Amino acid sequence: MTEKTVLNATHRALGARMVDFGGWDMPINYGSQIEEHHAVRRDAGMFDVSHMTVIDLHGARVREFLRRLLANSVDKLKAHGKALYACMLNERGGVIDDLIVYFLGDAHYRLVVNAATRAKDLAWIQQQAQAFGVEVKERPEFAMVAVQGPNARAKVIGLLHEADRARIEKLGKFAAAAAQGLHGMPLFVARTGYTGEDGFEIIVPAEHAVALWQALAAVGVAPAGLGARDTLRLEAGMNLYGQDMDETVSPWEANLGWTVALDEGRDFIGRAALEKQRAEGVRRVMVGLVLDEKGVLRHGQKVLTANGEGEILSGSFAPTLEKAVALARIPAGEPGAVRVDIRGRELPVRLVKYPFVRDGKPCDGI
Amino acid sequence: MSEIPGDLKFNKTHEWARVEDGGLVRVGISDHAQAQLGDLVYVELPEIGASVTAGNAAAVVESVKAASDIYSPVSGEVVEVNEALSDKPETINEDAFGEGWIYVVRMSDRAELDQLLDASAYEEVVENEDH
Repeated sequence: MTEKTVLNATHRALGARMVDFGGWDMPINYGSQIEEHHAVRRDAGMFDVSHMTVIDLHGARVREFLRRLLANSVDKLKAHGKALYACMLNERGGVIDDLIVYFLGDAHYRLVVNAATRAKDLAWIQQQAQAFGVEVKERPEFAMVAVQGPNARAKVIGLLHEADRARIEKLGKFAAAAAQGLHGMPLFVARTGYTGEDGFEIIVPAEHAVALWQALAAVGVAPAGLGARDTLRLEAGMNLYGQDMDETVSPWEANLGWTVALDEGRDFIGRAALEKQRAEGVRRVMVGLVLDEKGVLRHGQKVLTANGEGEILSGSFAPTLEKAVALARIPAGEPGAVRVDIRGRELPVRLVKYPFVRDGKPCDGI
Repeated sequence: MSEIPGDLKFNKTHEWARVEDGGLVRVGISDHAQAQLGDLVYVELPEIGASVTAGNAAAVVESVKAASDIYSPVSGEVVEVNEALSDKPETINEDAFGEGWIYVVRMSDRAELDQLLDASAYEEVVENEDH
């Protein structure tokens, strides 16, 4: 049974091309994926991300629980509203999911996890939470709209209650706050995203989602589909769970080492395996590739290096760069001249440091 | 969606064929197909002189989201390719039945044309797909 977000009819009325995405009927584009991509890079676009799962955690020992559950350290979260990107690992150090955790109170945190991993995430979190007496509560009554782009924040702030505007204007990156939208709708506004642009991700009670969407459209925010979301996040060098990493891949092998906090004495799930893997040497690494010739890098294409074969994880034509880029996993070590096999032809690619694009512009060396 | 031109013949797989003078057949993809694929970003053209076989892959079009084989409607020798698509693959999105043609083949077996769908039969294929 395909699930539908509360904005489903709105997408269809806009002429969206709908696809199945992790069991959800979602818009892939509303006409042109490339135009939607550019709208986000140059102005402001919005995505229905209501399929993502919001989970509230309550309990006196919730921080202690999250110290155990997550490979990143919630002790970095000092002020209420602050957010942290983290991986949830299994005992082997494999990634069960990546998520954002918000610090909302000493006994209250909020997680936003992926849609496709919802059931296993909830089961895992509930299982681990028992020992800490933490209540795990899914919040399906919420919808979520991501508004992204250089003009996104200004357009959202213009729709807020006057009394909230100055405060939300000052909201720092990776922080969230409550605010009132039009008609007094209660919003949870987070300065986070998945596009490499500034903007907000807004959690809104489902019954207000259509009104919020239409108000955003009326101030010139362009509806954008999951197709544009994918090319935007790839240009921004952000991993997609299930494609760039999964339970067989450790954060070291997915370029997520920066999200692992090996802080003194914190026994998080997967830590022993991660430390062992690092001590023994990580055998696979994730790299960024650019194809300067014509053609498109795609998931599953073979990557040929001096140390053996690797594979493209996420690959696409990058609309901002007008050429193809990819994230690939290859054997560790000096790779030599790297080539990609596209339908039997070996094309040279450049290994680059990514992100490929940040704040609307190609990064140096791309 | 634009009108399907009545002078075209079609594969079920959405390629069109236009019979021209001297046994030449111009090949492209339908407007329906370009809409399904989305923004095209790359076209791998056949080589001039290559021989193509009806029903076999002769070219590749890539949209942002996927690569798709183009199956030749007829067999024969490729005599012309639309080089303009190398720089402007989006021409197929803009004018699939006209400027967005992909290649021209000198057909080796006229009888193959009878195996193709006419415009109204192809329209039915498209309508059934949409339901």
